[in-house]
Amino acid sequence: MNRQRHPAHGRRRFLMGAAAAGISLKLPAGAFAADGEVNFYNWDTYIGETTLEEFEAATGIEVQYDLFADNAELFAKLRGGNPGYDVIVPSNDYVEQMRMADLLLPLDHAKIPNIENVDPLFMDPAFDPGRTFSLPYMWGTIGIGYRKSAVDAAPDSWSDLLASDRYAGRIALMSEPTTVLQLAMKTRGHSLNDWTDENLAEAEALLIAQKPRITAFAPDNGQDLLLAGEVDLAMEWNGDILQVMEEDDDIGYVLPKEGSIVWEDTLAIPVGAKNVENAHALIDFLLGAEVGAGIADYVQYATPNAAAKALMSEEYRTNPAIYPSEAAMEASETSVFPGQERMRAIDEAWTRVKAAG
Amino acid sequence: MDDARRRPLAFAAFGLPVLLWLGLFFVVPLGIVFLYSVGENVSITRIETTWTLDNYARITDPVILGLLWRSLWLAGVATLICLVVGLPMALVIATSSPGAKPWLLLAIMLPFWTNLLIRTYALLNILGTRGRLNDALGWLHARARALLEMFGLDGLGLLAERFVPLTMLGTPSGVIYGIVYVSLPFAILPIYSSLERMDKSLLEASLDLGAGQWTTVRRVLVPLALPGILTAALITFIPALGQFLTPDLLGRGQVDMIANVIERQFKKANDWPFGSALSLLLLYVTFILLALRAFGDAARANRPDRARGLPA
Repeated sequence: MNRQRHPAHGRRRFLMGAAAAGISLKLPAGAFAADGEVNFYNWDTYIGETTLEEFEAATGIEVQYDLFADNAELFAKLRGGNPGYDVIVPSNDYVEQMRMADLLLPLDHAKIPNIENVDPLFMDPAFDPGRTFSLPYMWGTIGIGYRKSAVDAAPDSWSDLLASDRYAGRIALMSEPTTVLQLAMKTRGHSLNDWTDENLAEAEALLIAQKPRITAFAPDNGQDLLLAGEVDLAMEWNGDILQVMEEDDDIGYVLPKEGSIVWEDTLAIPVGAKNVENAHALIDFLLGAEVGAGIADYVQYATPNAAAKALMSEEYRTNPAIYPSEAAMEASETSVFPGQERMRAIDEAWTRVKAAG
Repeated sequence: MDDARRRPLAFAAFGLPVLLWLGLFFVVPLGIVFLYSVGENVSITRIETTWTLDNYARITDPVILGLLWRSLWLAGVATLICLVVGLPMALVIATSSPGAKPWLLLAIMLPFWTNLLIRTYALLNILGTRGRLNDALGWLHARARALLEMFGLDGLGLLAERFVPLTMLGTPSGVIYGIVYVSLPFAILPIYSSLERMDKSLLEASLDLGAGQWTTVRRVLVPLALPGILTAALITFIPALGQFLTPDLLGRGQVDMIANVIERQFKKANDWPFGSALSLLLLYVTFILLALRAFGDAARANRPDRARGLPA
């Protein structure tokens, strides 16, 4: 610092600077009475492009938006105490896990009038009877994304991915232990929630045998590998494949004949949320008909919001990649939380699969 | 700066914040991890310290031991490559002109300032089956074939008919390459600083006295640079052991290392006690290496002066 520039005002300038810094510090949430803020913790690219701006304009509530990569990260963040989130987006099996750990606040349905928009089919699932702790956000399936020009016929079975050598060296699986083992069990004809030791061992053996033919265990970027031509078949969430289908006509999506996992992402409020009122307001907004339609249009997943679905285009409502056929839905199942003890067996089986070869 | 013994109060004044920081942000969290490692899950979210050794016992599972061995092996090979590549590079920088030196150092340091994830994704772009490297090799292959055809030599089987792209991703080589790429700046700097302080005239003296180039390197340069080389080895090996990003991305999930297992325990498996035990295992390995290094330093300090490169 050049002494001659600031001769006697050193201390005064410092105090002024400190005062300025102090004023610019964030004032507590209650300072702006009716508005305030809400802390929204969501998956990446899982909301409409302008949804949150519309919410802020409609209610005056400021949204602090944070992203997480998967349910396990969400759970790990919350299990030691809520670090300050008001609305979270757990999947169905993690809603169960969080309920068991008493991490969710019961929702006040009276504060969520748009609950009427939800399709009655979704209002009483096994993982959250009466929807006490969560409300549905999006749902979808897991299937096979494939490059049409690289296959002679569209793959129609999980065995194409998990048991056959037809596409050896051109296959990507997900890096999700539970999901992959469940689908391996389905390939062998078992229910994907039937975690007996024999079924688990069978699934593990199937995967270890298939491992030399697998190119990659992709952590949520299987669709990128497919798009780049590194693989021809990828196990992925339907919305992810739909997104790359927009960029490349040569890519297709199929739900194998054995059926698949039907998953549901939900909106919930964790215990310890500081802005419970605003959290309910956000959930209510997201369940609106037009807002829901806007979100579905952008993320290209199936919406459980009947009012929003009615506003969507014909193309969206009849897209078999988004809304599978009756037969496919019949054969598919929802994943149930296996329990902590089974989770350990699953992890050990997965470690063996990953370490093999 | 005065000796700490002569000015104990000053030493305490400067040392206390550092010790407090170390205690609060290093010792305490590690203590908590240790308590987890001898505990067990009593519910989905609570761990109770029951002083059980079950978690450590699980480490003896052959699969875990196999992964540990593979991690030690991959980290070791990567460290060796870093040293073999880093020593000449450090030598070049240390013996370069004062004008060129800062630029060369900048060239080495610049990757430091880029995020690890971005650098790893860049490697994905380069090493893929349709990545830049294979593109370049394919182009060379096509030119070579064209050349052979021009001279009518293409039927002799000198060059393969079709170019088979190198598969680097999803293999241990790809992972090693990734670790080397990420660790090389860490390896070069300590060796460089050691060489910088070395008396260059000793090398000249050795050459004058009749030792060849290679003998000079082997018997004068390396022993003098040894402290730097050992530091470089430690700085490269220990983080390499704990890599999970490189195996996941460059290994395409096919080349699991021990840190991948640890990461899974804290996330998908929700088994923090086991994850803590594995983490502490890596820490114990680190402490052993550091202790060996310290003993080595002490032993060398007690040897006669001749071995330290000073005149007898």
